[in-house]
Amino acid sequence: MALPLDVRDLSTTLFTRRGEMKAVDGLSLSVGAGETVALVGESGCGKSLSALSIMRLLPDPPARIVGGEVLLNGRDLVVLPEEGMLDIRGQEIGMIFQDPMSSLNPVATVEKQIAEVLMTHTELGRGQARVRAHELLELVGMPDAGRRLDAYPHQLSGGMCQRVVIAMAIACSPSVLIADEPTTALDVTVQAQVLALLKKLQADAGMAMVFITHDLGVVAETADRVVVMYAGRKVEEATVDELFETPLHPYTAGLIGATPVPGAARAERLADIPGMVPPLNALPQGCAFAPRCPRVMARCRQERPKLTQPAPGRLVACFAAERG
Amino acid sequence: MAGELASPAASRRPTGGGSSRRIAALRLLRRRLIQAVPLMLGVVVINFCLIQMAPGSFLELMTAENQVSDPATIELLRKTYGLDDPVWLQLVKYIWALVQFDFGFSYRQNRPVIDAISDHLPATLLLMVSSITLALAVGVAAGVVASMKVRTFWDSLVSVAAMFFFAAPGFWLGIMLIVLFSVKLGWLPVGGMMTIGGVGGGATGAGGVLDVLHHLILPTLALGLFYAAIYTRVMRSSMLEVAQLDFVRTARAKGLSRNQVTIGHVLRNALLPVVTILGVQMGTVLAGSVVIESVFSWPGVGSLLFDSVSSRNYPVVLGIMVLGSLVVIAANIAVDLVYMWLDPRIEIR
Repeated sequence: MALPLDVRDLSTTLFTRRGEMKAVDGLSLSVGAGETVALVGESGCGKSLSALSIMRLLPDPPARIVGGEVLLNGRDLVVLPEEGMLDIRGQEIGMIFQDPMSSLNPVATVEKQIAEVLMTHTELGRGQARVRAHELLELVGMPDAGRRLDAYPHQLSGGMCQRVVIAMAIACSPSVLIADEPTTALDVTVQAQVLALLKKLQADAGMAMVFITHDLGVVAETADRVVVMYAGRKVEEATVDELFETPLHPYTAGLIGATPVPGAARAERLADIPGMVPPLNALPQGCAFAPRCPRVMARCRQERPKLTQPAPGRLVACFAAERG
Repeated sequence: MAGELASPAASRRPTGGGSSRRIAALRLLRRRLIQAVPLMLGVVVINFCLIQMAPGSFLELMTAENQVSDPATIELLRKTYGLDDPVWLQLVKYIWALVQFDFGFSYRQNRPVIDAISDHLPATLLLMVSSITLALAVGVAAGVVASMKVRTFWDSLVSVAAMFFFAAPGFWLGIMLIVLFSVKLGWLPVGGMMTIGGVGGGATGAGGVLDVLHHLILPTLALGLFYAAIYTRVMRSSMLEVAQLDFVRTARAKGLSRNQVTIGHVLRNALLPVVTILGVQMGTVLAGSVVIESVFSWPGVGSLLFDSVSSRNYPVVLGIMVLGSLVVIAANIAVDLVYMWLDPRIEIR
C-alpha cells in the first residue's frame, strides 16, 4: 500500500532578480499512517517552503517546483492541475500555520470559516455545516464551543484561534496533516495543550503528520522520526531516540547542544553554533555547513557530501560522520 | 472619523453574535448624533460670519433693482429683515430660528428659504447618490480586476483609465460627454432633469422615472468617474496588500478556488480603506455636484446657490450651507455604521 505522503527528491527554486536560489534541494520525506515526522532546522533552511511546496501554495513568482515528486497515497501532486489541487487541499491534506491570530480572517466568524471547508468538500448544507462546526470545536477542546461559533477571531485568545485553525485543518478527516510551527506563537502552557491535542487527534484518526519546528523540545515530545534540514537540503534523518542519543551530523549535534537541559549545571553555558545560515544565493562550493562546522575538513570545502546510510533507517550527509 | 473607534485589539471579550453588535451600533449612532450638535453650531456660526464679511447686503441690490431711494422705505425694509440689529443679535436670532427649523425668508423667490431649497435638494441628493454608487461599483470592480490581473495588460489599462479620470476636471469631462453622447451621437439629453413637455413630463409614473434616469446618466458619469478613479487605485493596492496576509494562505489551504478566496476573504477586508475615504470625501462630492449641476443645467441646490450668491440672497446661501453640512454629517454617520458592519473589530470605547 502506498504511503500517505511520500516526497521524492523535491526541489523548489526561487527565481529572483538576484539570481536563482535553491530553497528546497532534493528533499525526500516519507510519512506513514499514524506517523509523525519532524522537519527541523533554523529559520531560512527551507522547512516552510517544503511544506508549501507539498501543498502547492508557493508564491509564484518567485518560487517554483523544479523537480521531484510529491506522492499522496500514490498520486503525484506536482503534475496535478490546479483544479485537482483544490480537492486535495483541505480535504486530503490539512495544514496548520504558525501564527494563529493572523491565520484567521478577521472579519468572518469562527463558524463561517470552519463551515467553509465543510461546504467546499462535502455535501453539507449551511445548517448541517454549523452543527458539524460545533462538533469540531468540541473535538478540538474549545471551551464553551457553542458560543464561540459566532465569535470573531479578535475575541479569542491565541490558543483558541489555533484550535479553530486545527478544527479547520481536520474538518474533512485528511490523511495527511502538515503543522508548520503550530506552537511557536503560543504561550508555553498553551503550547503543551496544543501539542497534546494534535497527538490525540492524530492517534484517533491515524493521520500522517509532518511537524515543522525549530524547537527540539517539541520534537522530542511529538515526533517518531526526524529530518534535519540545512540550507534547503536534508542533512540527517533518524528516529527521534537515535537522533538525540547519537546525532551524526555536526549541525544536529550543534542544535541539540544549543537546547537547554533541565537540571544541567547552571554554570555550564549553552553551546551555540557560530555564524548564520548562509544566504541561498551565496552557498559555499562544498558542504553548506562547512563554514560553521567544528569538524570541518579540507574535503568539506571542495565537495558536497551525499546522503549515506550508516545504519538501517538512518541517513546523514557528512564526510566527518562517514569516517566516524 | 476614527476618533472614538477603538483599536482592534482593545477588546477581547469572548462574546460574539449579532445582538451585541446591534447595541454597539446604536451606541455609535447616539454618540455621533450628540457630537453633531456642536459641529452644526460651529458650521452655522462660521458661515454666518463669513457672509457678514461679504461686501454689501441683499438690501442694496433689492432697493437698486426696484429703484427705491426713499430713506424711510429703506429703513422699513431694514427693520423687516432684521438688519438693524447688531450682528451678534442677528446671529442669535438666526440660530434660534434654525432650532425651530426656520431658515428665514428669501426675498427673491418671495417664499421661505426652506421651501426654495427643498425644491432643489432632492435633485442634488439624487445626483450625489447615483455618482457615489457609480464610483463605488466601478472603482471596486476595476480595482479587483486590476489586482487579480496584476502587471498584465488589463492592469495597465485600468491604471491608465484611472489616471485619466483622476486628472480630467469635472466640468471639462462633462462638456466632452455632452459633445460625444448628446451632440455627436444624439443618445442622451444635453441637460436638465426631464424632457420639457415630453412623455411623462409630470415626473410621475414609470415613464417619468425613466426620463429622469435618462437625464441622470451624463451628470453621474461626469461627477462619479473622478471618484471611481480614486477608489480604483485604493482598491487595487488594498487588494494586493490583503492578498499577502496569512489568512489568505489559510483560505487557500482549505481548498478554496482563487475566485472564492478573492471574493470571500480578500474583498471584504480590502473594502475598509475605500469606505474610510468615502466618508472623508462626502463633502467634496457635494461641492463637486455644484460644478456639474451648472454644466448640465441640473436643477439642484448648486444652481440655486449660484443664483443666490450672484443676487446676494444671503439667507438662501446660508441655508444651503447649513443643509449641505447636515447632509455631509448624516452621510458620515452612515459611513461609520457601514464601517462598523464591515469590520467587527471596531467597537466603541
